[in-house]
Amino acid sequence: MNTSTQDNFTANTGARVQEASEIVVSNVSKTYGSGPFSKTVIKDCSFTIESNKLTVMIGPSGCGKSTLIQLIAGFETPDTGTITMNGAPITGPGKDRLVLFQESALFPWMTTYDNIMYGPRARGEGLKEAAKQADFLLAKVGLEAFRDKYPTQLSGGMQRRAELARAMINKPEVMILDEPFRGLDNMSKELMWEYYASLYEEDRNTNFFVTTDIDEAIFLADRLLIMSNLPTSTRSVIEIDIPRPRKIDTLADNQRSNEIKKEVMTLLHEEAMKSFSGGSKAAADFLDAYSKRAE
Amino acid sequence: MSSTMKTADVVTNTQGPEVSTLSLTMFRFASWLKSPRPYLMMIGFAIVLGFWYLAVEVWKLPRFEDMPGLTEVFSEWFSKDPYYGLSIFTPEYYLHIGISLRRIAYAFLLATCLGVPLGLFLGWSKNFREFIFPLFEVLRPIPILAWVPLAIIMFAGSESPVIFLTFLASFFATTLNTMLGVESIDESYSRAASCLGASRWQVFRHVVIPGAMPYIFTGLQISIGVAWFSLVAGEMVSGQYGLGYLINTAYMMIEYPKIIIGMITLGIIGFATSAMVRMLGDYLMQWRVRELALGD
Repeated sequence: MNTSTQDNFTANTGARVQEASEIVVSNVSKTYGSGPFSKTVIKDCSFTIESNKLTVMIGPSGCGKSTLIQLIAGFETPDTGTITMNGAPITGPGKDRLVLFQESALFPWMTTYDNIMYGPRARGEGLKEAAKQADFLLAKVGLEAFRDKYPTQLSGGMQRRAELARAMINKPEVMILDEPFRGLDNMSKELMWEYYASLYEEDRNTNFFVTTDIDEAIFLADRLLIMSNLPTSTRSVIEIDIPRPRKIDTLADNQRSNEIKKEVMTLLHEEAMKSFSGGSKAAADFLDAYSKRAE
Repeated sequence: MSSTMKTADVVTNTQGPEVSTLSLTMFRFASWLKSPRPYLMMIGFAIVLGFWYLAVEVWKLPRFEDMPGLTEVFSEWFSKDPYYGLSIFTPEYYLHIGISLRRIAYAFLLATCLGVPLGLFLGWSKNFREFIFPLFEVLRPIPILAWVPLAIIMFAGSESPVIFLTFLASFFATTLNTMLGVESIDESYSRAASCLGASRWQVFRHVVIPGAMPYIFTGLQISIGVAWFSLVAGEMVSGQYGLGYLINTAYMMIEYPKIIIGMITLGIIGFATSAMVRMLGDYLMQWRVRELALGD
């Protein structure tokens, strides 16, 4: 098992592919509020988003995953610790790290095409090239027929694909996805997994994907970060060595995938139970019994 | 590489040719006619008019005996030779309407031109809000009628006090709703925009203004309504001509049918102006019209 209790962000000095774009989070803490009303969301959290890998972060819901994304995206700054990208500290939002949010953030007042073109237009760079790229991406995400439709005229899955295209046109070094497929029905969700995985397998850019769904995490990840309950820190890291390309129907029968799933579930249940028990003995006993059963 | 998604989740009814605004309006009108709504509406009107007719002219109920009756009002209103000198055939009638409309136009445009930018900045800049908003919140609840003496003292002539009063009510409604509109915008839109490389000013133009648009137009709807309200109040105490002036003088001269003519005219024109504001909003917010049209 490749499980280690702390992510070791110096160990991965191995193979570097052409464009390295590595994000290192080291000893980061974040507290909201002050005095008696303060709440520590992240405490002494360290991990690495390795270059040209799909890193998935999973943790009990309500833990500070979204806060971590705000920090990495540069919308907020950590209280202590550092976040660096390719060695340079992150100071604010930038197009090198694009975020896909939980809820669709497509502008409702722009058509699909205008939404996709927004980044290049706002920065005023390479508009001709971008227009070509936009049409290419529209075809790639299967939305040519919806070029001039407004987001509310698209289904949930189509909105997510439009948003993927809006991010990809900017060729971000790192793509950050915050539970992007939450709220989709199971059918479109699985289609989106395969679709997203195939996009990733095509260019192998650095991706950081946050989720609460174990199946989603195992299906997509190269590396899986398992987060602890509040205050969040890295509980464990698992390398998912299932070969690509991956398909939903074959993955269910994959021995290795099932092993990993069991392991992840045990860890996540422990973390979830911690918040559930809140120190009570009965809950602690239950937790104990549960972990025995899992073995 | 077959990464082109099978469009399993295509919403079929949105494909096909682009819907034009006009055909959308026609379609809505046709389906409105097919629904029970227009007939219910007519029944509503019939009940009120019928009660008016019966109460005044047939039953002659107590307290209704001095009221002008339905037939008297309508025959006066559509008479070529009106007894009290006011009908749809007299130029005086249109003079009153025209003057009132002109005052509304000045006041409403001024309130919109000042209120929308002020509201946008109040919503956009925290510091600006801290500085202006408390003052605004104290001035806003003061009823328009309380401003009447001050308006007459401050503004010379008979025209500008009326316009000032009308402006004031509109201005508060527009500003407040615009500000709420900015506050209602989901933060993820601004974050997405700045992530994609938009400057603060671009976020303001591309996210804040269009995002606040639905609230701005709700504000303008309220604004045009309160504009008519305060216009009539203003015209009753100051100024010459106008529908409020018409109603007030008709009362003093005991020309009661003219009061009712003035009131019904106000109702119709008030409705028409607010419909115009709504149509302008629909025109500027195609994305929203389509969203709502799908929900129908």
